[in-house]
Amino acid sequence: MNQQELIPHLFRTEFRKITAVLCKVFGIEHIEIAEDLASETFLSAIETWTYKGIPENPTAWLYAVAKNKTKNYLTRNKVFTEKITPLIKHSPKETEEIEIDLSDKNITDSQLQMLFAICHPAISTEAQIGLALRILCGFGIDEIANAFLSKKETINKRLFRAKEKLRLEKVAIEFPGEAEINNRLEPVLRTLYLLFSEGYYSESQDTVLREDLCHEAMRLTNLLIENERTNLPNVKALFSLMCFHSSRFAARKNEQGEIILYQNQDESLWNEELITKGIFFLHKASQGNELSKYHIEASIAYWHTIKADTKEKWENILQLHNRLLQLEYSPVAALNRTYALSKANGKYEAIKEAEKLQLINNHFYFVLLGELYTGIDNKKAKQNFEAALALAKTQTDRQTIQKKIDSL
Amino acid sequence: MDEYALIMRHEDGGKIASPEQMQAWMKQTMDWIGGIAAQNKFVGGTGLPFDNAKVVWHNSVVTNGPFGEIKETIGGFITVKAESVEEAVEFAKGCPVLQGEGNSVEVRKIAKNDGGH
Repeated sequence: MNQQELIPHLFRTEFRKITAVLCKVFGIEHIEIAEDLASETFLSAIETWTYKGIPENPTAWLYAVAKNKTKNYLTRNKVFTEKITPLIKHSPKETEEIEIDLSDKNITDSQLQMLFAICHPAISTEAQIGLALRILCGFGIDEIANAFLSKKETINKRLFRAKEKLRLEKVAIEFPGEAEINNRLEPVLRTLYLLFSEGYYSESQDTVLREDLCHEAMRLTNLLIENERTNLPNVKALFSLMCFHSSRFAARKNEQGEIILYQNQDESLWNEELITKGIFFLHKASQGNELSKYHIEASIAYWHTIKADTKEKWENILQLHNRLLQLEYSPVAALNRTYALSKANGKYEAIKEAEKLQLINNHFYFVLLGELYTGIDNKKAKQNFEAALALAKTQTDRQTIQKKIDSL
Repeated sequence: MDEYALIMRHEDGGKIASPEQMQAWMKQTMDWIGGIAAQNKFVGGTGLPFDNAKVVWHNSVVTNGPFGEIKETIGGFITVKAESVEEAVEFAKGCPVLQGEGNSVEVRKIAKNDGGH
């Protein structure tokens, strides 16, 4: 790897590690200092390596520089030293002796603790995802803005407010106690789930970026699995769900970036390794009595890895949706349930149920009605597809719907 | 929006039907509940197995029963959200126990905790 490739690569893998460890040292109220010191470390790398060449062990070089910069910062900034150093846990009086521990174990621990701190109910879920992308995944503000289809300033403001809030709430960067783990894990899993969905369903044109979001969500979920205190059934169920979904990455878009619907996908492009991994973790997740929505969604995703339409498959998918909706309603689940109903119980029953849903602001609702009426009442099918077309927001969606109208 | 309990009264299916028939009823019940949940109108509910049921009377007299042979026995209930009693009645009409003659679903509004009971 040459320097042009190496620095962005290291930035992606090491920035977040240095930031997490330094955040842990300084406390959540000084998150910016941690970010600045990590950024400065990379600036130094660019400056130095350009003239002197890439060092033998670039990561070790970065860690050494980060440590020195932190120590210098503490020594130089007297006000900071007087105010903050006494607050740093277990720290000796002399700043020179502060240990910046960049061992693998402390990096993982700090990242996990930061994950719990960031997924705090005091800040909005969107802000949680943004902060996780910045602090735990090392994404640039540009990339976050691109992923959310927002302006850079909007993201900057959102992150700034979120950090302010964490400061006000005095959120501690620590591992939750045994008794609280389940409660605290809930919002963490929700954020990881949304981070993954953001990548999977994002409207952003940047395919690489979208897959990156999914991989990051999986990496962070895997951190939880590797820690024995958080290696819990619902975490494994969520990971299993992510494996099943990402197994279809290569198959769900064509070269023009258009979505290929499930029934038209080339299943030889599905990733067998990820499907096997998904089955493994779903099995592990099922050892116990817990049945979270992640268990149900992973089971649904499992059935979708079997391409052939069988009665058994659709009956199972229908019953899983029946249970999912009792646990937590969502319009997507209601629409998918009705589609499964048409496959398991027939179109006439599904049309009756679909007409009751009245999700009239959702273009997928009219797509579903159009699909159900196709072959039964093509005039109604067309009306519904046209209603969907009027509501669809993206070019890709409009193209897909137009194709359906044309084929009637 | 108010909440209503839909109380199902029917015979003990296990005594009159084959396991296959029971399974078919179970599926119909799950599909019925799933349809209500898909409209975001499902609140909760449970089946009430007839096995080992007891009735406690005045003066702490305890008897076995009620028995599922009687069609007025409560076999379960669900709670739904509805704009009106008419909407709740529409949900009840879809309940699979009504396929059995003499079975019924009672629709009762749930008291709000606002003193207006």
